[in-house]
Amino acid sequence: MAGRDERPGTTGSRGSRLLGCVALASLVVLGVLAFFLTGPDVRIHPTTGEEFGQFDAVRMLYLHVPMAVLMYASFMLCAAASVGVLVKRTPWWDVMAHSTAEVGTVLCGLVLVTGSIWGRPVWNTWWEWGDVRLMTTLVLFLLFAGYLALRRTTTDPRRQERQAAVVALVAVLDIPLVNRSVAWWENRTLHQRSTLEELKIEDLTLFTLMFSFLTFGLVVWWLTLQRFRVGWLERAAIDHAVGSAIADRRSETSADELDAAIGVTDEQVGEASP
Amino acid sequence: MTHLGYLMAGWGISLVVLGGYAVRLVRRGRSLIALVPEDRRRWLESPGTDRD
Amino acid sequence: MSEVRRFLGDARLVAARDLRIEFRSRVVVGQVVPFALLVLVLFGFALDADHRTLRTFASGLFWVAVLLSALLAVHRSAALEQSDGTLDALRMSGLPPAALFIGKATAVFVQLVVLEVVLLGGLLVLYGVQVVDPVLLVVAGLLAGVAVAAAGTLYGALASGLGVRETLLPILLLPVLAPVLIGATRAFDDALGAVAVDGWAWTGLLAVAALIATVVGALAHGVLIED
Repeated sequence: MAGRDERPGTTGSRGSRLLGCVALASLVVLGVLAFFLTGPDVRIHPTTGEEFGQFDAVRMLYLHVPMAVLMYASFMLCAAASVGVLVKRTPWWDVMAHSTAEVGTVLCGLVLVTGSIWGRPVWNTWWEWGDVRLMTTLVLFLLFAGYLALRRTTTDPRRQERQAAVVALVAVLDIPLVNRSVAWWENRTLHQRSTLEELKIEDLTLFTLMFSFLTFGLVVWWLTLQRFRVGWLERAAIDHAVGSAIADRRSETSADELDAAIGVTDEQVGEASP
Repeated sequence: MTHLGYLMAGWGISLVVLGGYAVRLVRRGRSLIALVPEDRRRWLESPGTDRD
Repeated sequence: MSEVRRFLGDARLVAARDLRIEFRSRVVVGQVVPFALLVLVLFGFALDADHRTLRTFASGLFWVAVLLSALLAVHRSAALEQSDGTLDALRMSGLPPAALFIGKATAVFVQLVVLEVVLLGGLLVLYGVQVVDPVLLVVAGLLAGVAVAAAGTLYGALASGLGVRETLLPILLLPVLAPVLIGATRAFDDALGAVAVDGWAWTGLLAVAALIATVVGALAHGVLIED
């Protein structure tokens, strides 16, 4: 068991290492389930008797669907944390909002990529402009890419955390509008009302899908935890650097020089002291 | 297996990106932790998070 | 009642100040409006000299030109607060942040309306479009203007003082305005007789967007400018 004292130089703790190992093992099991134990999606047409369905492309959904759900969960957490920033104004909420936004954006990009790759064989197109969920996800990705760009600008962190909180909340509020507008814009969707309902769901398929939620839940949990610690360290490092820089300057300047620099004369010092 | 190329691409890209992101986080943490004194590494001792 | 009147009075004060500065410097009229017309001409060069092609895409091109020009107007509006410590002076003045927001947004809105009128003239002359439903055109144009002005003012306040606002403002603002772009384009499609859609339903969406942008902007503005 690697405790803190043996490995002081990492952001891992015993709990997070255990979580990471379980997540990795779970990913391996999910791979076996998705690629070897579950069958392809093959349905027989009731009248013509032809075979149709997604065939083996359905195995992409064990990746795409949980990532999409967790992406939305991450952004919801980010919105909640942003409310926390505005109400509580403590660094914890700010680091939380930043972490969940970054992890959510990574997931969002992957959801777009895997969806596009899945759509090519199943919908016969890489990209479908009229699809509501696809376009909403794209705008969501762009909104949070802007959020992360804002967070990369170097300004006063106190100001930045409020600005970022407002941007995150506006982004989340904007999502229903984007969704509605795209839905009316092109009144068609390729996304099945529920992909899950249409599939010939066997017990094992359903189990694999549920297991994929669990697996990616653990992966995202681990990533968010690590990202939170990195964010926390970043703040601590800045505070520490500023604090020690001030201490250094103090130590090399005499008290008289300091008073002179800020315009305090000897008389004022005399008046101020009882 | 049908669509093997698509499946490999989708799963491959996702695992590589997530793995790369995880590695980057760990390395960023390692380089940052050197800048922070021991008493500021809060999550290691504060209650409510993982405790050793 | 008197509080509402004082609030509106404060807002009018700010709007009048911004518009007076604009009237004297003529940045929007002299630079932003010509830029918008230039965009229209560039679209003409890029697409086709054919009137029919241009007429088909006229409403979309119109709103893209409006959004691009709005970025400049918003940037200009935010830059006014940066010079000579104006923002500090406003903070000291005890003006409610929401009134400041409404005032600044109103000034941007007035400039956008001027811009839209000029651009519409460009559309009529250069692209040869015809107005089928003028009431829908005006209502949709005004509501979209409110949404763009409110969201733009909020993000302008946010991006100002970052030192990189010129590059950050578009990537923050444009995705937020995506639904407004879609709604305004569809409403104009109907009003210009380009595509048979229900323009009034889209105008409803624009009204919701305008309302949300105004309320959120007024609430959030105080959070952004306080120090």
